[in-house]
Amino acid sequence: MSLFRMSGTFVENLPKIYGFYTGGFIVFILIMALLEQAGLKEDTIGLLFVGFTIFIYALIGWLSRTMQLDAYYVAGRQVPTVFNGMATAADWMSGASFVAMAGGIYMGGHPYLAFVVGWTGGYVLVAVLMAPYLRKFGCYTVPDFIGTRYGGNFARLCAVLVLVVASFTYVTAQINATGTIASRALLIPFGVGIWIGLLGILLCSMLGGMRAVTWTQVAQYIVLIVAYLIPVIWMSNKQGFGVIPQLVYGDAVARIAELEQLHQVGALKPAAGAAPAGLQALVTPHNGPPDTFVGSVRFVTLVACMMIGTASLPHILMRYFTTPSVRSARNSVAWSLFFIFLLYFTAPALATFTKLQMLDPNLATSVIGKSLTEVNAHVWVQKWSAVGGLKVIDSNGDGIVQVNEFFMREDIVVLATPEIAGLPYVISGLVAAGGMAAAMSTADGLLLAIANALSHDLYYKVIDPKADVKRRLIVARVLLIFIGAAGAAVASMRLTGILGAVAWAFDFAMSGLFFPLVLGIWWKRANTAGAIAGMLVGLGVGTWYLYMVYAGGMAPWWGIDHLRFGIIGALASLISMVVVTLMTPAPDKETQAMVDEIRIPKGQTVLGSTH
Amino acid sequence: MSSVSTQTKEEHWRRTKNLMIVHLVIWFVFSYLVHWFAPELNSAASFFGWPLGFYMAAQGSLIVFVVQLFIFSWQQDKIDRECGMAEED
Repeated sequence: MSLFRMSGTFVENLPKIYGFYTGGFIVFILIMALLEQAGLKEDTIGLLFVGFTIFIYALIGWLSRTMQLDAYYVAGRQVPTVFNGMATAADWMSGASFVAMAGGIYMGGHPYLAFVVGWTGGYVLVAVLMAPYLRKFGCYTVPDFIGTRYGGNFARLCAVLVLVVASFTYVTAQINATGTIASRALLIPFGVGIWIGLLGILLCSMLGGMRAVTWTQVAQYIVLIVAYLIPVIWMSNKQGFGVIPQLVYGDAVARIAELEQLHQVGALKPAAGAAPAGLQALVTPHNGPPDTFVGSVRFVTLVACMMIGTASLPHILMRYFTTPSVRSARNSVAWSLFFIFLLYFTAPALATFTKLQMLDPNLATSVIGKSLTEVNAHVWVQKWSAVGGLKVIDSNGDGIVQVNEFFMREDIVVLATPEIAGLPYVISGLVAAGGMAAAMSTADGLLLAIANALSHDLYYKVIDPKADVKRRLIVARVLLIFIGAAGAAVASMRLTGILGAVAWAFDFAMSGLFFPLVLGIWWKRANTAGAIAGMLVGLGVGTWYLYMVYAGGMAPWWGIDHLRFGIIGALASLISMVVVTLMTPAPDKETQAMVDEIRIPKGQTVLGSTH
Repeated sequence: MSSVSTQTKEEHWRRTKNLMIVHLVIWFVFSYLVHWFAPELNSAASFFGWPLGFYMAAQGSLIVFVVQLFIFSWQQDKIDRECGMAEED
């Protein structure tokens, strides 16, 4: 890292490097703001924001290139606690968190907050049950743990299968999101945007593996959190709610309840067949908690799926393999959740303020209850109507826009909020760069998780155990390109929405991996046959249930629909794993000693530093 | 490898397990229980202007999780040190 011309090691200089980087990014935002004042076109601003940030990530990726195994697979196990927290936060927060979550809360109200609770509380399971023990184990990949703990290539291959199914489902959604944002910011067709996005993702990960992904993810976290917080703080300040909106928007929630009465939200339904495909009118009250038995079941089962899925997703677990010690792995989980929390406790605030902007007749920005001509005069209404993001249909012909006549796609809430609130366009450019950072960082982590499992667990451990380091790293990179291309090809077919695919990924991961991982650490008696049964039965039953409720016409059991099929899969996994384990002999002495060893932080890792 | 007696190992694991159970109980309460009773909480109390049930889902549970993890990390480290199972600094 002579480029930075600093004394001390690279790790010691990290705070300084990222300090400069953050300062530089803020200077860049200010320059853009000045250029906007000087008359730079909006499209050019968007292009510069996305183009410049991708260039920086690619530069970091290139500087982090490596030909060493432990640098490629686990970033040399020297990522400091807090930085690993930031990298995990970027790895974790996907296009769905950044772009879709606040919009989901806007449309769905309280029941949608299940995602907010579910996508944070899962880290309690990661810290308490998993991360420190997997770090002590010293594996490169999650199937590496399954393969060694339970012994035998078949168990390893089952874990690879679950990992690929879950992560690939997830990565197509992320490449889809990068394509959507790139196409809008760079003014290119969606199909081209996907491949440009993929190119950026590969530049970040291919040359340096986990090391490159780690340092680009830290940079991406900084961009995405700045991009998420600035518009909300600005908007709240403008509306007189102060500069820490998260603490004071309780009054805004109460005000919305009054406005919902005024505009008859929920009472007015859109005319049958009026809603254009993919767009919705606001019909759910903001603070309407689930108050039926099935409603409450749906809330807690969604929370459970997202949490248990979090603790089973390999691209998250493998981030904790990169810390210098067991203690720092455990600490790092707490920091990860803190950095994630910064965005997640802001999303409901964003949804609340945006809703207030649109509903409150005292604000110049409001649209509901205004005349059709006034609404159509807003530049953002014209602009987002032109790209199919929203539509105003005066179905009762009274010339006034009622709440059931204003349709929008939920994912435009975050992207269009700066324009709705009348903020300068530079903020919209910043938000596009943030969305891109969120989608790219998650896609990076997922692609690497898949490619590493295939190159380490399938190629090296099963197909060619004699392969040398150079060959292994070349195979890893070739796989990365092929999997990325396959993901982009599937994404370009646009099979499911972003959020649906993300929820499925969590369900697949929890169906197949949660119990084999947890019981591998916490139940010494768990054996190979049990783990194999747990993985295959869990994945099989989960997939069967998904098929039956999604396409097979079966009525969901107790409100457990296709977003929640992991509940059924994980239960099947637990039962089959326990039953099969108890019917077959206990694992041998060596395996039991290995389990004892991973339960104490002290001493060498179970697997050697290069294996 | 094991210079530590089996007894301290068992003591360490017993305390680790107890800590795990305590934190999973807290996790269960704030992940499921409070949200199950969200309508009751909404009508029961307001928290600085928020209906309490809405507040718990939008912020309250999240704050509990973050604080809980920093405390857990500190407690587990203490157990490791007291049982002589911590890594060398």
